[in-house]
Amino acid sequence: MTTDTIIKVSGLKKSFKKLDVLKGIDTEIKKGEVVVVIGPSGSGKSTFLRCLNRLEEPTDGVIEFNGVNITDKKVNINKHREKMGMVFQQFNLFNNHTILSNITLAPVSLGLMTKKEAELKAFELLEKVGLSEKANAYPSQLSGGQKQRVAIVRALAMNPEVMLFDEPTSALDPEMVGEVLNVMKELAESGMTMVVVTHEMGFAKEVATRVIFMDEGVIMEENNPDEFFSNPKNPRLKEFLSKVLI
Amino acid sequence: MNSIINMFNDLKEEFIFNFIDGNRWKWLVDGLGVTLQVTFFSVLLGIVLGIVLALIRSTHDTNISTISNPIARNLLKFANTIAKIYLTVIRGTPVVVQLMLIYYVILVSVDSKILVASLAFGINSGAYVAEIVRSGIMSIDKGQFEAGRSLGLSYTQTMTKIIIPQALKNVLPALANEFIVLLKETSVSGYVALQDLTKAGDLIRSRTYSAFMPLIAVALIYLVLVLFFTKLVEILERRLRNSDH
Repeated sequence: MTTDTIIKVSGLKKSFKKLDVLKGIDTEIKKGEVVVVIGPSGSGKSTFLRCLNRLEEPTDGVIEFNGVNITDKKVNINKHREKMGMVFQQFNLFNNHTILSNITLAPVSLGLMTKKEAELKAFELLEKVGLSEKANAYPSQLSGGQKQRVAIVRALAMNPEVMLFDEPTSALDPEMVGEVLNVMKELAESGMTMVVVTHEMGFAKEVATRVIFMDEGVIMEENNPDEFFSNPKNPRLKEFLSKVLI
Repeated sequence: MNSIINMFNDLKEEFIFNFIDGNRWKWLVDGLGVTLQVTFFSVLLGIVLGIVLALIRSTHDTNISTISNPIARNLLKFANTIAKIYLTVIRGTPVVVQLMLIYYVILVSVDSKILVASLAFGINSGAYVAEIVRSGIMSIDKGQFEAGRSLGLSYTQTMTKIIIPQALKNVLPALANEFIVLLKETSVSGYVALQDLTKAGDLIRSRTYSAFMPLIAVALIYLVLVLFFTKLVEILERRLRNSDH
C-alpha cells in the first residue's frame, strides 16, 4: 500500500439475505483520483459505494481508509465518516433545517468548528456554487439542482479527504443535470479525490481519471477513460457501452 | 310567553340552588384544578415515556443488525421485550382498572392521590404516545438518517437533531388527539376518591338531587378546555408549518 492510497478495498463482499450483491471487490483509490463507477442497475455499484463509509455493513472483506481497517467493529466509524463526504441521489437535505443550518449542523455538533467558523465556511462554499442568497431558505423551497449543490456543499464543509457520489444526477430534471455536474467538475479540478457512481458517460469521459465497470457484483474492467471507452475489452462492457452510447 | 319566563326562572333557581347555595361552585373550581393538575403531569410523563419507548422500539426494529457490541445488542433486545410487554398490558386493560390497581395495590402507602392519578394516567398515556411517536419516526425517509450518519453524526445526534423533530411535527395532530382523550379520561379519577371535576359535579348532584345542572356544567367545562387546547395546537401547527414552509 503506497502512501498516496486513500482507500484500499480487498475482497469486499456484501449479501442481502441470500442475494449476493458484491462478490469480491479489490481496488485502490489514490489521492486526487476521480474514479467513476458505471454499470447496469443491480450490478452492485451503489452498494459498493455505500460500503466504503459503511452505510452498508460489508459481509466480508477489508476496507482500509488512510491505512486504518474501518471494517473492524472496534473502529469508531463516525470519526472516519467525517473525512468521507457523501452525496445521495435523493439529496437528503435535512427538511427541518435551513440551508445554512444543513451545512453547519455536523461541523458544529461534532465540535470541529465554532458556529461562526462553520457559517463563514458555509457562506464561502455557497458563494462558490452560487447559492448564498438561499442560506435562510428551507430545502422544500429549492429546486432539485439547487438541493444537490447544497448537498455537495454540506459534505464539503466537513473538509473531507474523499467525496462519494451516489448517482448524484439521476433524480434531477434534465436541465438541472448540468449545474450539478459543473460543480463536480470544478471540485475534481481542485484536486478532490472522488468516487462517483453515475450514468453520465460524458462526465466519465471528460473528468474521470479512471473508470470502473461493474456487473454482477464484480469489477469487470477498469481503465483510464480513453482506453475504457475507445477500446473496451470485456464483452459485457462492450454490450453495455453499445446500449448507452448514442 | 309566560311559560318561557317561567322556564327561565326555574333555570335560575336551579342554578342558584346547585352552585351558589353553600358555595358549591367552589367544588367545581377545586375539581377543575385537580383535573388540570392530573392532566398536566400525566401528559408530561406520557410524552417522556412515549418517546423513550418509541426510540427503543424503532431502534430495535431498524438498527439492531448494525450494533456490533454484544452487550448493547442484548440490552436493546431486553429493553424491546419489556417495551412490548408494557404496550400489550397497558393497551389491553382498562385505564380505570390500572388506576385502581396502582392506588389500592401498588402504591398503597402513597398519600397524594394527585400523584397516584398522574402516574396512572401518565403510564397509560405513554403506551399510546409511544406508538404515535414510533409511527412518526418510521415515516421519516431513511435518507435523512443516512445523510446524518454519513456526515459523522452519531446515532443519538442524528435522532435528536434530525429525525425526532421531524417525526414529532408529523404526529402533532395525533398527539393532540391523544391528549384530548387523556384530559377526558381523567374523569374516572373518582374511582379512587380523587375529587376531580367530574367527581365534583357528582358530589353536587348527590347533595341537590338534581342531575341536569351539575352534569351540564361539568360537560361544558370539559368542552371549553378541549376547545382551548385545540386552538393552542392549531397555533403551534401553523408556526411549525411556517418554519419550514
